[in-house]
Amino acid sequence: MGASQTRPEHRHQDLADRTGFSLEQIKNLHKRFQQLSGDEDTISKENLESIPTLANNPIRKQIIGAFFDKSAFAECLLAAGGAPHFPYRHQRGFILFGLRNQHRGEAGSCDQIGFEQFLMVMSHFRPPTLKMTAEEKEAMRREKLRFLFNMHDTDNDGTITLVEYRKVVEELLSKSGSIGQEAAEAIADAAMLEVASTNVPTMGPDDFYEGITFEHFEQILKGLEMESRMHIRFLDVDTTTMRCGKSTS
Amino acid sequence: MDLCTMDLRITRQRGFLLFIFTCSSLLHGSRGEIPSKPTGGVTILPPIKPDNGPQAFPDAEKENMPVFTMNYSRIQIPFEITLWVLLASFAKIGFHVYKKITVWVPESCLLITIGLIVGGIMHSVHEEPPAVLRSNVFFLYMLPPIVLDSAYFMPTRPFFENIGTVLWFAVVGTLWNSIGIGMSLYAICQIEAFGVQDINLQENLLFATIISAVDPVAVLSVFEDVSVNEQLYIVVFGECLFNDAVTVVLYNMFNFVAEMPVVEPVDVFLGVARFFVVGFGGMGFGILFGFTAAFTTRFTSRVREIEPLFIFMYSYLAYLVAELFSISSIMAIVTCALTMKYYVEENVSQRSCTTIRHVVKMLGSIAETLIFFFLGVVTITTDHEWNWGYILFTLLFAFVWRGLGVLVLTQIINPFRTIPFNFKDQFGLAYGGLRGAISFALVFTLPDSIGRKQLFVTATIAVILFTVFLQGISIRPLIEFINVRRTNRNLDTINVEIHCRIMDHTIAGIEDLCGQWSHFYWKDKFMKFNNQILRKILIRDNRAESSIVALYKKLELQNAMEILDDVSGDISAAPSKGKENAKPKRKFLAPDLKNMHDILSKNMYKIRQRTVAYTTKHALPNESQSKEILIRRHASIRRSLRPGSFQSSVVPKSHKYFSLPAGKSLDSKFPPGMTSYADDEETMSEAAYPSRRSRLVQPARSSSSRAMMPLRRLDTLTEVHSVDVVDEKVGDRRRAARGTSRTNSSSSRDPRIPAPQRHHSSADNGRGSADNFRNGHHEEEEEEPQPLSPAPSWTAEPREDAAQNPLLRRPQWKPKK
Repeated sequence: MGASQTRPEHRHQDLADRTGFSLEQIKNLHKRFQQLSGDEDTISKENLESIPTLANNPIRKQIIGAFFDKSAFAECLLAAGGAPHFPYRHQRGFILFGLRNQHRGEAGSCDQIGFEQFLMVMSHFRPPTLKMTAEEKEAMRREKLRFLFNMHDTDNDGTITLVEYRKVVEELLSKSGSIGQEAAEAIADAAMLEVASTNVPTMGPDDFYEGITFEHFEQILKGLEMESRMHIRFLDVDTTTMRCGKSTS
Repeated sequence: MDLCTMDLRITRQRGFLLFIFTCSSLLHGSRGEIPSKPTGGVTILPPIKPDNGPQAFPDAEKENMPVFTMNYSRIQIPFEITLWVLLASFAKIGFHVYKKITVWVPESCLLITIGLIVGGIMHSVHEEPPAVLRSNVFFLYMLPPIVLDSAYFMPTRPFFENIGTVLWFAVVGTLWNSIGIGMSLYAICQIEAFGVQDINLQENLLFATIISAVDPVAVLSVFEDVSVNEQLYIVVFGECLFNDAVTVVLYNMFNFVAEMPVVEPVDVFLGVARFFVVGFGGMGFGILFGFTAAFTTRFTSRVREIEPLFIFMYSYLAYLVAELFSISSIMAIVTCALTMKYYVEENVSQRSCTTIRHVVKMLGSIAETLIFFFLGVVTITTDHEWNWGYILFTLLFAFVWRGLGVLVLTQIINPFRTIPFNFKDQFGLAYGGLRGAISFALVFTLPDSIGRKQLFVTATIAVILFTVFLQGISIRPLIEFINVRRTNRNLDTINVEIHCRIMDHTIAGIEDLCGQWSHFYWKDKFMKFNNQILRKILIRDNRAESSIVALYKKLELQNAMEILDDVSGDISAAPSKGKENAKPKRKFLAPDLKNMHDILSKNMYKIRQRTVAYTTKHALPNESQSKEILIRRHASIRRSLRPGSFQSSVVPKSHKYFSLPAGKSLDSKFPPGMTSYADDEETMSEAAYPSRRSRLVQPARSSSSRAMMPLRRLDTLTEVHSVDVVDEKVGDRRRAARGTSRTNSSSSRDPRIPAPQRHHSSADNGRGSADNFRNGHHEEEEEEPQPLSPAPSWTAEPREDAAQNPLLRRPQWKPKK
């Protein structure tokens, strides 16, 4: 498994510094990454979409999309440690390559990602530690909100338009079977209206609310507790191999 | 017999309460058959003891045919029990008259205080305490309702998310406390100065077990009021539940051991083995009976009136059978309740469900109230053996070991938790360890063979009083002072709802991606199993979505579309909206939001259950509001549809939730509506039912049933509007009842809709009358059976719905366009 890595420890240490994961966690995630990618250095959307347990997830597309979102990636890099230096040439090369080619697909998304980005996205879900200060927690929360926001904002223009919102809600409801497109739209519309009314209270009847900006997004989710919702306990123990016989290899 | 006389005394003592000074001598004299003598004056205080009044007659002579006889001994026991329960209940009413008391002083404190007063009165006349709290009575009649109450209202999702921690604290924590306190006390007993050398290790352990049962009712209600974070809440909640089970198991074990002359090492191992047998055996029985209960309710659709009975009987049966085999009956009843709850609530009708909840709540709270009450009484009336050393050290150790236990156990469990407990949480956990009803009952039912039972009772009471009063009262200010992390549970916007779900799905998806199937993996597996097998077996109405759902959705859609249009600027197109234009700021009204919220919550695919509103031990989860909103909404639809036969534009207007005049709430609009709807509620409450079901995990099915009922209601409503004749037939009474509210609503609506337009009138009228007729019949038929049943007429409906839809179709909804 580790054959493709020349110096796993060094690389992992570096990643650990930047993402806040422990070495064990990174090792586990790396194993998983290789498992998903079939021992390649990069992973494609198809790799992720083929995960069987993900098949039932109604917002599968958005989740996977978040991994291939270049703006999210750039943000990760910035958030992670200021100067976005890339220790792995081949990977950076690949990413740039991916970015260059991205205009074929949806705006702002790549076709392939490397382990680093995979890890970066994952790092959004690190649980808070006991030592974190209130500001750090607040920053973390913002980061998570931003992640959610980017999941909605498929065209990366900084606003969630009604169309985008509708799409998400639709997908969200798609697995319930009982709700059609129209109802989903209705709900999205109502939600949108709600955003509008919270954020632009003085809006005239002829005004058009063109989309949710991140500030508005923060505003509407202000009181919501994210701590218990947007965290995953990344295991130090390697569960992948523990359950290997059952569901993976 | 003992019980009888004791109870008799209770009555007399009650008499004392009433006429402390006037009747005391009378009471003393009265024995046996004539306890009712003092009640002659009872009319002074009718609310407390009304039933005694009529009996205040002289005994009839026996020789001749008695004109009037009294056989008090016959009814004595139930009679006195009733009076006790009544007294306790009155006390509860009393506390809530003045709301502020219960905010600052926990209810258990007040109950104990009342008990103390009553006990004081009894003591002053040298009465014995009631012997209601005997071992059998407690274990067979008082404990089951208390436990069932907690188990049935356990918030399922947070519980299963934190099940590891809960069990860790409940099992290991209780063991830790028992052994720690027991050993330390044993060490204390070796000190000669205290004079308690005769208490051996087993007895110490037994006693320590008793006082390590936490019962944080008071704490839970405080936690709920200040809405502390979910994790802390659920751990305290779950801990008290399972810790009862552990405590009772340990209690029985040590009780057995304490009577053994010699304890051999092998007994220790047997004890450990027994511990597991007892625990898992209880669980097994619970699951067995839970599924049986669920399966039974599958067939109760024709006998709605006895539905709730099954729940109680099966739970109780689980308890009794477990008791029969001497395995953990608490475990059995807890798992039984947890297992069946989900399926049962889906099978039974709304009203049965409400009944179940209320009765569970009621029984539980009565049992607990009585125990606290007796605690007060017993505190005063028994002879205490007060040993400063032992009791003070008990207090100290109870406090210290609890704190230590929480500290140590949290350190161990924290690495395994997603959100670790910080020190504030730990403080809440440790400080929330109040001792309560269970401890008292356990110690009071100790066999007399325990040499220092008196001392144990005294010490336990001391611990309980200390914790309940001191900690119970101070925990609220402390929690507020240290500012424990709180969860904002007022999720009242659609966006929040949507995003909660998105987050749930995201997390599940990410977990899948990184291949860590910790929590969600198993949950997913279970859900699959549940959907494919369990539901098919256990739930009656497990069919696929009907197309009625589509109609419902359409309805919602149209409402929302109109709103959207309003906002995006073509409000001006509608002349009738001038008023709103004057007020450009259109705010969502809370009920409207709730309504959308409701739609969302019932239609979403759920990976996880929504955060359930916390339940206190003494309050039902408040779902009435959303229910009411639905009721109102449908009521308003109905109302609006009826005038609709002559005023069409009323229909769309009132139909929308967002079309209320800005600043007016639904409540203000239809103020008397709710109350005057007694008859409607029969049908409407069914329609409103969904809100409860939204708690259930099942996405597809629940939404179908849910969406279906309102629809059906809508149908009946629509017909009503056009043909009043049918309406006459369907329900004169309803109409009469609605009269007031209708005028009300129409008057309030009038200013907003000055120009009635009728677009779909003729077509709909024709259609409507036909439908009306049909539906009228439906309504008659279906009033009784509940809507969940897959009534054949409904499966046939889709076609008709489509036909009827014109009424609901968008162009007609928006005549102004």
